[in-house]
This record gives sequence, C-alpha cells and structure tokens, in this order.
Amino acid sequence: MTNSSTYSDPAGDVMVRASGLRKSYGTVEAVRGVSLEVKRGQVVVLIGPSGCGKSTFLRCINLLETPSAGTLQVGRRAIDFASSRSMPHGRDLARFRARIGMVFQQFDLFPHMTALRNVMSGPVIVKKMPQRQAEAIARELLGKVGLGAFTERYPRELSGGQQQRVAIARAMAMAPEIMLFDEVTSALDPELVGEVLDVMKQLATDGTTMIVVTHEMAFARDVADHVVVMDAGQVVEQGPAEEILLQPKNPRTVSFLSRFHSTIGERRA
Amino acid sequence: MAYKWDFGAVYAYLNLWLKGLGVTLGYSLGTVLGGLVIGVACGMLLLYRRRWVTLPIHYYVEIFRCTPLLVQIVWFYYALPIVLSVELPAWLAAGLGLTLYMGAFSTEIFRGGIISIDKGQWQAARALGMTNAELMRHIILPQAIKRMVPPFVNQSIIQLKNTSLLYVVAVPDLMYTGSVVVADTFRPLEVYTSVAAIYFAILYPLTLYAARLEARVDQ
Repeated sequence: MTNSSTYSDPAGDVMVRASGLRKSYGTVEAVRGVSLEVKRGQVVVLIGPSGCGKSTFLRCINLLETPSAGTLQVGRRAIDFASSRSMPHGRDLARFRARIGMVFQQFDLFPHMTALRNVMSGPVIVKKMPQRQAEAIARELLGKVGLGAFTERYPRELSGGQQQRVAIARAMAMAPEIMLFDEVTSALDPELVGEVLDVMKQLATDGTTMIVVTHEMAFARDVADHVVVMDAGQVVEQGPAEEILLQPKNPRTVSFLSRFHSTIGERRA
Repeated sequence: MAYKWDFGAVYAYLNLWLKGLGVTLGYSLGTVLGGLVIGVACGMLLLYRRRWVTLPIHYYVEIFRCTPLLVQIVWFYYALPIVLSVELPAWLAAGLGLTLYMGAFSTEIFRGGIISIDKGQWQAARALGMTNAELMRHIILPQAIKRMVPPFVNQSIIQLKNTSLLYVVAVPDLMYTGSVVVADTFRPLEVYTSVAAIYFAILYPLTLYAARLEARVDQ
C-alpha cells in the first residue's frame, strides 16, 4: 500500500495529489513546495516539529487556506493555483469542501446544537437531506463512536474526548471521500486521548482514506501506511511507517524522533 | 413658607400628556426599528471586507458616535434642508437624526456580535461544505443574535431617553409637552417631576428586563 512513487492512476485510485504546493503569509512561507499522493484507503500520517507547516498544508487540501502556488487534485477535481480561474469560489468551493471531512484540534462543535444536531448539520444544511434520513445517519454514527447514549447532550455537557468523537461523527456524516485530522488529540487530557485514537483506528480499519497530522507516534506506528516528515515547510523524508519511524535516514527526522523514542520503541500489542 | 405641591394642575392636561407620551413612544419605536434595519444592513456589509464598502460605513458610524446627539438633531433640523435644498418637516428631520444615530450604534452591536463568534465555528462550517449564506444563517447568526440582544436592548433604552432631545426642535414629545404645561401653569416643580416619573415608570421595568436578558446569555 505504500508504493508512493507510482504516478500513473488508471483506476482513479488517487484521492489526493498535491504537487509543489506553497502557502505564504506576506513574506513568510509556511509551506514551501510540498508534494504528496494519497490513495484510496490509505492512512498517511504527517509529523514534524511545531510550526513546520504540516497543519497549514492540511488546511490547503480542503482550501481553508488558499495555496499561493502549486497544483492540487482531490478526487477528479484538479486546481492549478497559478491561474486564479481554476480556484473554486462560492457554491463551487463549498461543494469541493463537502467531499472532504475535517476534524480540528479544538473540536469546534456548534454549541447551540445537541450532539445529534451537530452530526446532522452537514447532511441537512449542505446536502438538504430530509431530517429523518439525516437523523438515522447521525444516530448510527454516534453509536459507532460510542456516544449512542449522548445524542441529546449539548457540547458543553460533554468531555473533551466525547466532543472530539462527536466532531469525527459530524465529519463522517457527509460521507467524505477523505478525512483530514489536524492534531485532534493535542487539546485533550491524556486520559481522554485513547478513546479518540480508538475511533480513528476503527475508521482506518474500515478503509477510510485519512491524512493525519499528529504527535502521537504510537498511533503513527500502528495505523499509518505512509509517514511524511515535514520541517520548515518542506517534506524531508517519507515512506512506510516502520521504515521512517524506526530507521530514519534524514538527520532532521532523527533529531525530531529522538524525543519520542520511548513511545515508538514499545512493542505492538 | 413651605411650597404647596399641586399635581392637580398637571393632571388637568391629561390629554396633552397622553399625546406627548404617544410621540415619545412612537419616536422611540420608530427610530429603534429604523436603526435596527440600518445596523443589520451596515453590519452585514462590513463583513464583505472590501474597502470601498467598509470605509464609508466606518466613517458613518464614527461621525454619529463622535458628535453629540443634540448637535445632530439641530443640524438635521436646520442644516439638512439647506444642504439638500428640500423642505423637510420638523418631525422627519429630527427623526432622521435619531434613526441614523441608533443605526450607527446598532451597526457596532451587530458587527461586535458577529466577530465575537469563535473562528473555529466558521472553519468547521466551511469544512462541512456550507456556503457563506448557509453558515451565516445556521451557525453564526443563531449564536451571535443571542449576544446582540442585551446591548441592543440597552441601546434602545438610551434611545428612549434621547428622544427627550426632540424638545429643542419643538417636536411635541413628553419633554416638550412639559414645557408647554409649565408655560401655562407656572408649576415647573410638579410638571418636571411628573415628566421624570413618567420616564422612570417606562424605563425601570425595561432595565430590569435587560438585566435578566444579560444574565441569561451569560449562562
């Protein structure tokens, strides 16, 4: 599953293909020419020191950030950021994003809606799905993330871990082609991290295509098909999880991973 | 010699008082509603972030916030008809000033309510695929309106008090009625005490209501 060098794609198996993607804020360039290919069902984990541009790159994929240069293909839709005409706007942009699920560090649930309404919000508001149909989907997903008994709770009545699981269900309710996870466990108390990672592992097992930005090296080791190491806005090394995490070649990867060795070294359960 | 209070003289003008009260309430309601419409429109336009849209609104708001309302009313009454070279009836000229004043504050309240909503709410809604209209209607406004209501009610209370300034351009509101009755009866003590009492009777319950609203939003 990790033959990342193959660029021919007759079966339409490439879900995301970024090439030479750049993002700058004024004179600061946060992403400096990142290329990445993600295939259907693949779990790609992005690691690297804080501020290396991995979150910005992730936000470029669903155009929460507008890249300054490069090309991006999600599904069959390709965008060349050199020409402003190919950048989607308005409803077109909304449709582009609707196919991509995203989960954030701070959960960002809608506080005026119950857990159930949060999960229904995408299908009802974006897809104009009938309430009953959306509710059935939402109940099933909340059950799947272990919150079947919490459907009527408001976000403020839930723990951080529970809120993040609702946020995952909310993103999944749109039946996205790919899921983006942006440091989704970083804001959680340590004892709540496990329940969120378990849900993500389950999604990976179900064949969900995922790009995960995380500092959880044990998760990367156990779940990732492909690990990408970023530093200073660039990809410094990428490859199969075992290879990158256990035998890194690039000195910057080695120095970054040295902080995590106790976690990575643990044997798989 | 002790002053002999005689509120009978005040009561004798009941009809006039009722008319004055009607004018005060009418102006309050009218200018608050007009100001609300202006506030929502300008507040929405401010979200476009195009300089040629936001800059005029910004100056409109600041001009009305940074000049005394009394000056505005007098200016609208005496100067505006000359500037526009049209005859404006007194009630309209004065009302226009009050409405634009309320509009300026409402714009700020509306804008403040919208930008008080966490950035994460916008990005979460966008990530789900909502258009700007959808995320405004379903995610941002339901939360923002709750926060806008208390300051808007407070501003409306101030606005009701401000209508007393209409007195200077001879609009027959409560305050002006007071001056008419004083001229007739030479009883300023009773008359202006009554005027104050009427304002208080209307505004005190409203401030209690506003305080309750605020407490509810803080929950």
